[in-house]
Amino acid sequence: MERHTLDNGLRVVLAPDRSAPVIGVAVVYDVGIRSEPEGRTGFAHLFEHLMFQGSENLEKLAHFRHVQGSGGTFNGSTHLDYTDYYETLPANALERALFLEADRMRGPRLTEENLRNQVDVVKEEIRVNVLNRPYGGFPWLKLPPVMFDTFANAHDGYGSFDDLESATVADAAEFFKRYYASGNAVLAVAGDLDLAQTLELVQRHFGDVPARPAPERPSFTEPDLTAERRESYTDPLAPLPAVASAWRVPDPVSDFTAYLPYVVLAEVLTDGDASRLVERLVLRDRTVTTVGGYMGFMGEPWEVRDPTALLLQAHLPPGGDVDKVLRTVEEELDRLATDGLAEGELARTQARMATHLLRDTDAALNRALRMAVLEQQRGTPELLNDLPRLVGEVTEDQIRQAAAALVPQRRATSEVIAGGNQ
Amino acid sequence: MKALPDLGPTRKLKLPKEAERTLPNGLTVIAIRRPAVPLVELRLRVPFARAHLARAALLSQTLFSGTAELSTVEIAAELQKVGGGLSAGVDPDRLMVSGNSLVTGLDRILELLGEVLSGAVYPSDEVATERDRLADRIQVAQSQPSHLARVALLRRMYGKHPYAVQTPEVPQVRAVRPAQLRALHAERLHPAGATLVLVGDLTPEKALDTAERVLGTWNGGGKQVDLPRTPPIEPGPLTLVDRPGSVQSSLRVALPAVERTHPDHAALQVANLLFGGYFSSRWVENIREDKGYTYGPHSVVEHNVAGSSFVAAAEVATEVTGPALLETYYELGRLACLAPKQEELDQARQYALGTLQLGMSTQAGLATLASTYAGFGLRLDYLPEYAAKLAATTLDEVAAAGAKYLAPARTAVVVLGDAERVEAPLRALTAVERA
Repeated sequence: MERHTLDNGLRVVLAPDRSAPVIGVAVVYDVGIRSEPEGRTGFAHLFEHLMFQGSENLEKLAHFRHVQGSGGTFNGSTHLDYTDYYETLPANALERALFLEADRMRGPRLTEENLRNQVDVVKEEIRVNVLNRPYGGFPWLKLPPVMFDTFANAHDGYGSFDDLESATVADAAEFFKRYYASGNAVLAVAGDLDLAQTLELVQRHFGDVPARPAPERPSFTEPDLTAERRESYTDPLAPLPAVASAWRVPDPVSDFTAYLPYVVLAEVLTDGDASRLVERLVLRDRTVTTVGGYMGFMGEPWEVRDPTALLLQAHLPPGGDVDKVLRTVEEELDRLATDGLAEGELARTQARMATHLLRDTDAALNRALRMAVLEQQRGTPELLNDLPRLVGEVTEDQIRQAAAALVPQRRATSEVIAGGNQ
Repeated sequence: MKALPDLGPTRKLKLPKEAERTLPNGLTVIAIRRPAVPLVELRLRVPFARAHLARAALLSQTLFSGTAELSTVEIAAELQKVGGGLSAGVDPDRLMVSGNSLVTGLDRILELLGEVLSGAVYPSDEVATERDRLADRIQVAQSQPSHLARVALLRRMYGKHPYAVQTPEVPQVRAVRPAQLRALHAERLHPAGATLVLVGDLTPEKALDTAERVLGTWNGGGKQVDLPRTPPIEPGPLTLVDRPGSVQSSLRVALPAVERTHPDHAALQVANLLFGGYFSSRWVENIREDKGYTYGPHSVVEHNVAGSSFVAAAEVATEVTGPALLETYYELGRLACLAPKQEELDQARQYALGTLQLGMSTQAGLATLASTYAGFGLRLDYLPEYAAKLAATTLDEVAAAGAKYLAPARTAVVVLGDAERVEAPLRALTAVERA
């Protein structure tokens, strides 16, 4: 793995792996949902769409056609703290992929027509994923406003239709100028590549991207909860009740050692039939149909900054009792904190986590994406390779302490009341 | 203007090292080496055609619910110890057990799989739990437009064929008893005709030895059950399924297609790509990038053991349901009546060839690919054959495939949406029947 910084401030991570003749290319910009301005909910995501609508040397539709016409696939996605753009292709398309990413880093073609078109597309995306289905946006859009007080952390990252429709080309130009700076981006390339040659190609295509510094990133932190918060809403399409709770966790970047045990705790609680909450709630009490536990509202333990949370989410059978479920979770957390783990319980959970972590990084693209974000948020892309070991070093005492911290008075809960056919 | 860089030289498709053995009990084992990460992926495919729908669904959810020696939780814990996990699912063709573990756990994960295959007991309590969970899941699925549209489409495509209904009703699930699961297991879960695929950081011959040692005692027998070929898709009036208040309409279009070994296959794949099989297709560029009617329209050639079909799917805003169908007919008709351009063919071909490489570039991708192919009697050496056919496909062949398979006159169309708002615009374009 090699790291470089170009003269214009662009950080570059390269990771050769000759196991398959393919490459993954990721460009990550340090801007996400938390950075969008008030009155412009959903703008970071809308802007992500605009980055595919043509650029300095490319007409609309050209980007898609060039990636796919080279045998590759592409996408982009908007997260709380970053926005990524990526493609994976046969290795002979490396230079083309670099050209395409560099071209839009110089500047997208922002036109009124493309903006209106993509506002329509995004509205359909929101209808598919949120408005026209049961449990849409639950809990990732529903729980943050319960837990947080500031606009940055609490608002709907998909955006209101009003805000999306109010967006202007001038807003987009300003957003690009401020956040899509070479100094605010990381490029990562993984897969079947030659280090020296790739670095030269990166220099050739990105070297003349105008230098702009990263904007200052404000702290988005908020105080922890001191009293329980709980809200409920009726989902007219949902046939069964559901509930999700979240607890704040230590800063994933500046306090990684304290954060890590919570990542493992989420798996001890919910990974598989031998986990604490599945065994108790699903198999023994039968008070829930499914239960899951994970880190961060978008489920990405290693790609989020403070403030973030550990989430537990459960779907209940018809007429299920949410209060009872929450009480049982309290009981199980207390039991874990007080009595500790069973013989072998932690080791087997860590072994399964190692499999998941290794499996995540089998694809060149996934390695590129994760390294890019690790570089951006921590300056340590090599953490990618250390995670299985670090997860394995978490101790029983740390798990017990983490479990002990998940008390009801620090909890934010969102409850779905089934409004659909029952 | 800066010029788009050329592609480097194309590399030939290189198949991974593999070995295959059919055990005396009838189980075929295929072991494939991809050592990139120290893991193994496992896929066991057992023919399951004509199995009782609700019983098969519940069997797949309770296969790991206990043996004479181990409980659900103990099985899960034993798997976890080697970083492993296994789960099962069914479709009208097969039962599939999928999983993975650290490669050091290969022996153990196979042992646990073997214990379950030979000795799953379907304990009453666990069956009752999973029965309720399955019923809940089906109830949730029935509130999802994508599921409801799929149900209506399958019924429309397959009529009386067993593929027509693939999800059991809640009361059918509630009626299943543990003894019926044991009987179904005894009757159908046998190695004859089954394929086990192992992919990972392994030595193929050694992995075969391990599989033979552990699964060689899985009892033989069972019977071969075949499905009749799927009936031709009947064109006719559009089927409109009412979903009052729906803010989008789920548009589904079915057309006939051919299996992977058919001489028209490669040309039809390209024609599908040109229509809606990838982002840079006519349909996506039209109804998304030009008109903004929809977010993720796509079309695909689906291969099932008893027959193949073409399905196009889009969720479109309620108010543009008619116009979206109009553009869909237009783009199908254009492919059926007019020859495409050479550059469209070149672009789609390159995409098809490149994504073959990408599909083989992970352990999980290889495992799924090898297992799927095995279900159709094919092996990974089908890939270079298919690549050669793609490379040789001509414009005339693609035009002929468009005319033969994608003609709008042959479509079976299903729309799930707010009938009160979408029926009149749809009737302006075609005959409509309420479901």
